[in-house]
Amino acid sequence: MTQHRKWGLFFFLTPVLLWLTLLIVLPHIDLLRMSFILETDTGETEWRLSNYASFFKEPIYWLTFVRTAIYSIIVTLLTLVVALPVSFFITKVARPGTRGFLMLLILLPFWVSELVRVYGWMILLRESGVINHFLLKLGILDQPVEMLYNDAAMILGLVYTSMLFMVVPLVSVLESLDDSLIEAAYDLGADMGTIVFKIIVPHATPGIVSGAIVVFMLTLGNYLTPNLMGGKNSLWFTEQIYNQFIASFNWNQGAAFGFLLLLLSSGIVWLGLKLSGQTLGKVVR
Amino acid sequence: MNKSLLSIVMLFLVSIAAYPGYTGAETLSLLTWKGYAPKVLVDKFETETGIRVNVTYTNNEEMIAKLRATRGAGFDLAQPSQDRISSVQKKYRIYQAMDIRKIDTAQIIPSMLASVKKNTSVGGEFHAVPFCWGTSGLVVNRKIAPDALDYSDLLNDKYTGRISYRLKRPTLIGLAFAMGKDPFSLYNDTDAYKALMEEVGQAMIAAKPLVKNYWTNGDALLQSMRSGEVHLAMAWDNGGWKLHAENPDIDFVAPKSGALGWIDTFALPAKAKNIDAAYQWINFMLRPQNAATFTNLERAPTASAGANQHMDAVVRANFDRSFPQAVIDNIKWYPPVPSKLEGIEGMILDKVKASR
Repeated sequence: MTQHRKWGLFFFLTPVLLWLTLLIVLPHIDLLRMSFILETDTGETEWRLSNYASFFKEPIYWLTFVRTAIYSIIVTLLTLVVALPVSFFITKVARPGTRGFLMLLILLPFWVSELVRVYGWMILLRESGVINHFLLKLGILDQPVEMLYNDAAMILGLVYTSMLFMVVPLVSVLESLDDSLIEAAYDLGADMGTIVFKIIVPHATPGIVSGAIVVFMLTLGNYLTPNLMGGKNSLWFTEQIYNQFIASFNWNQGAAFGFLLLLLSSGIVWLGLKLSGQTLGKVVR
Repeated sequence: MNKSLLSIVMLFLVSIAAYPGYTGAETLSLLTWKGYAPKVLVDKFETETGIRVNVTYTNNEEMIAKLRATRGAGFDLAQPSQDRISSVQKKYRIYQAMDIRKIDTAQIIPSMLASVKKNTSVGGEFHAVPFCWGTSGLVVNRKIAPDALDYSDLLNDKYTGRISYRLKRPTLIGLAFAMGKDPFSLYNDTDAYKALMEEVGQAMIAAKPLVKNYWTNGDALLQSMRSGEVHLAMAWDNGGWKLHAENPDIDFVAPKSGALGWIDTFALPAKAKNIDAAYQWINFMLRPQNAATFTNLERAPTASAGANQHMDAVVRANFDRSFPQAVIDNIKWYPPVPSKLEGIEGMILDKVKASR
């Protein structure tokens, strides 16, 4: 019996382990090795920490990282603000029959690729785009306005892209909230704000934190949306990594940036968990 | 039941085997630029030789990164620009030497072949033959911006919000020429080159509010110019000519300080599998009729000798209009790029993009 279980475990674990080691662990070890190598002018290689040092020495690198992190936090908060009422409506207000339909509406945009969604927004927002066309037709504007290529457009795109990843955990957490708690609060004369902050948010905290982690990581690692919708002002840290690898041919520097992104973002997530009093084990469950 | 299931499976396998892609037919994996393998020519090549062509579209930088990642495997033929080959080859060995005997040299304009051979030679062997050429310059809506004549107009506040260019090295080099400097002569003096590029970078940062956006995709730029969102852009000549055919107000303008001339080539990756097919494709694409088909579609001239007589009159008119002899003599051809410059340029371009 135990022999059988052993073989079963071995059988089912092998593909996972192979996948992890061959496709994730090994390439990362190679990248880590690369990140400590400095190529001198003569083409020789030395083991140095200079790739990491240059991140802190050159203001443009760490400023880009700080900017990326702050914008990712803003996007995460905005996504929460938008997603919480939506999830509450789906779980508590909508009739059970329409719930599936509403979830479907949220899922639907994710059936096409991110690129297509971003181009959709670009067609809407650009100077010769759909929204400007209607505003001109209605006489609200007399000159088309460029709505793309600024931070607001970029944040809009990022929030839209990450909505689903906040709504799904919130819906599953709010489903377990007993309606009678809210009814009792109303009976006792509580107002809207008290109910949201004393009942709904504390109950939903694990869902909020797990959604926030996913949204934060996805936003921080996004490349397409900041690049296409943010336009000329949007140097995202991922773009910095891409530039090191592709434009400057400096793979060593790019690898160091990659690891710094991993470390610093893990640090921010850890800080978020500490501040909200959650543990990773509780959140991912 | 089992028998019928088996026969269905067999039928399925047979039908897969019968499909041309899986008969073990030869394939050619081509790593190239958008538009360099038009469908008509790919189909013609397939019927002529029976070789299927798999095309991957990319640009110079990604081409090098892709081949470097696999140490030159995965593709049978690549099409980098001639100035981006020798330094990369010295460092990463991602190409293999060309065998001139397998190439129909009578089809190639001798001066271009000689210059590409010279610029791509490493260790006494050459690594590419020319395919097509063109220039970077200005694409201008001449009705609105009739006096935009040089790269310096990209920094002119007369056109605020209507300017677009790429954050890539040609922009830095064009602006340096417009400042009256010669960046190519500083290629081997890293410090002086860096100082010049810093100066150009400062000018670009100062002029950043004038820019509509930094374009990354050629089709998207053409769309912005078509819809009138952009009036002045730094772009390739063939893009300007495409727009000229639709709207005579828009045209390519060779800048006063000289259009930047590039030559894209054929080069064999170090671990190419199907070298025979690669040579066949090279000779096929440079055959005058086929080269002319390419030029008629993409508006880019080729290195094929004798393609001119097969060209459409409209396409030839473009060259006559934009490139009188004096302008051609003023083209600044890219010399091979030494390896250290890309890092310097990348840093400056990052600073421009990050500035407010």
